[in-house]
Amino acid sequence: MAEIKKITTPLTPEIVGSLKAGDMVAITGVIYTGRDAAHKKLVETVKEGKPLPIEIEGQTIYYVGPCPAQPGQAIGSCGPTTSGRMDAYAPILMDLGQKGMIGKGPRSKSVVESMVKNKAVYFAAIGGAGAAIARSVKKADVVAYPELGPEAIYRLEVEEFPCIVVIDSAGNDLYELGPAQYKA
Amino acid sequence: MREIKTDRIIDTVEKLCIDANYNLGEDVEKLIREGMATEESVFGKYIFEQILDNVKLARNEKIAMCQDTGLAVVYIEVGQEVHITGGSLEEAINEGVRRGYKNGYLRKSAVDDPLFKRVNTTDNTPAIIYTDIVPGDKIKIMVVPKGGGAENMGGIKLLKPSDGVQGVIDFVVKTVTEAGGNPCPPVVVGVGIGGTMDKATVIAKKALARKAGQPNENPDYARLEKEILEKINKSGVGPQGLGGRVTALAVHIEYFPTHIATMPVAVNLNCHASRHAEATI
Repeated sequence: MAEIKKITTPLTPEIVGSLKAGDMVAITGVIYTGRDAAHKKLVETVKEGKPLPIEIEGQTIYYVGPCPAQPGQAIGSCGPTTSGRMDAYAPILMDLGQKGMIGKGPRSKSVVESMVKNKAVYFAAIGGAGAAIARSVKKADVVAYPELGPEAIYRLEVEEFPCIVVIDSAGNDLYELGPAQYKA
Repeated sequence: MREIKTDRIIDTVEKLCIDANYNLGEDVEKLIREGMATEESVFGKYIFEQILDNVKLARNEKIAMCQDTGLAVVYIEVGQEVHITGGSLEEAINEGVRRGYKNGYLRKSAVDDPLFKRVNTTDNTPAIIYTDIVPGDKIKIMVVPKGGGAENMGGIKLLKPSDGVQGVIDFVVKTVTEAGGNPCPPVVVGVGIGGTMDKATVIAKKALARKAGQPNENPDYARLEKEILEKINKSGVGPQGLGGRVTALAVHIEYFPTHIATMPVAVNLNCHASRHAEATI
């Protein structure tokens, strides 16, 4: 197993440029949650020419809708959701400066092209390992769209959040490279 | 007639919702351990370790193993000698789901109008309920929390009888392989063959609740399950779609008589957190 690269957010072009598909990383800093309904609202806001509820420049959005926190917990189970459902929205946010995405599953060609153009990176967290992932979330606050319940945008403070770089800013895609090695 | 109060049904459904989401069945965990032993990919092995760590953590700390605690799919078999008192059966099941998802700190993932408004119902109701009337004086309840990511990757195909066994194999393998990393592989594959278009999908989903890895009692179908599993695991998709030898943990086929002109085949997928819990009252 490769060495784990420790990185911090917000992501700079230098950090993004240093990450290659297949790298294991541990992310420390602030990330924002957002999934289907929040992305729809964010993109509608952009199209209306209004300001976004979060500063998007250099930020990382984690595609997740967490479980409620139990007493004493920062957050409930919080593993990634399927990223492909955000493909229609992601390029618009990357054009505005978003640098990182965390989710699971392959992305469309237009997302990968936007990543190369905007120098962004896509990380996979392990789907279905939400209880373990919650351990690396130290603080969670709803910062936008509370009416969406689990789909609200949360600001998360994370420590050594474990991920794998699956698509890097050069467009190398582990979802294509990995399975090709094992296809019988 | 044996009387069963709806309060008992509510309590049972509440407990099952929580139990299914906190405690992965030993049947599934055993297949995950076997998968880890088979897997050759470095990432694949790492993912298996993380999955097992997560299963243990959820069980010990009494938290949901996955944040997608699903729509609550509830199968209820009511003995025809049972008289249910204290209110409506459907409302009792929904009240059990409401309490389970609230008291278990489970995510509420149901939206009402699926197309225009998509507003969260805030209590994870309504449940998806399948009721069967069976002989006897008991009620058997099974709760299968069904996550959206894996559900989205299912499919149905109305094959011609002449498509035969190969047609079924090709469709199932293609559905699972094309799903790639989306349904959180390694997956459990539910297959329904026969009946009508709707019946095939119902039995495909119910197949997921079978004890994981237990073959169909009919040897022809058991062989087919094995053959499809081997083919899926040659796809290279691997754990989380990052490449490897273990894409599926098990294939469960259920079948039903069908029309002389038809052969519907449905595929319903579950992620590695293939959750189900049942109780008889």
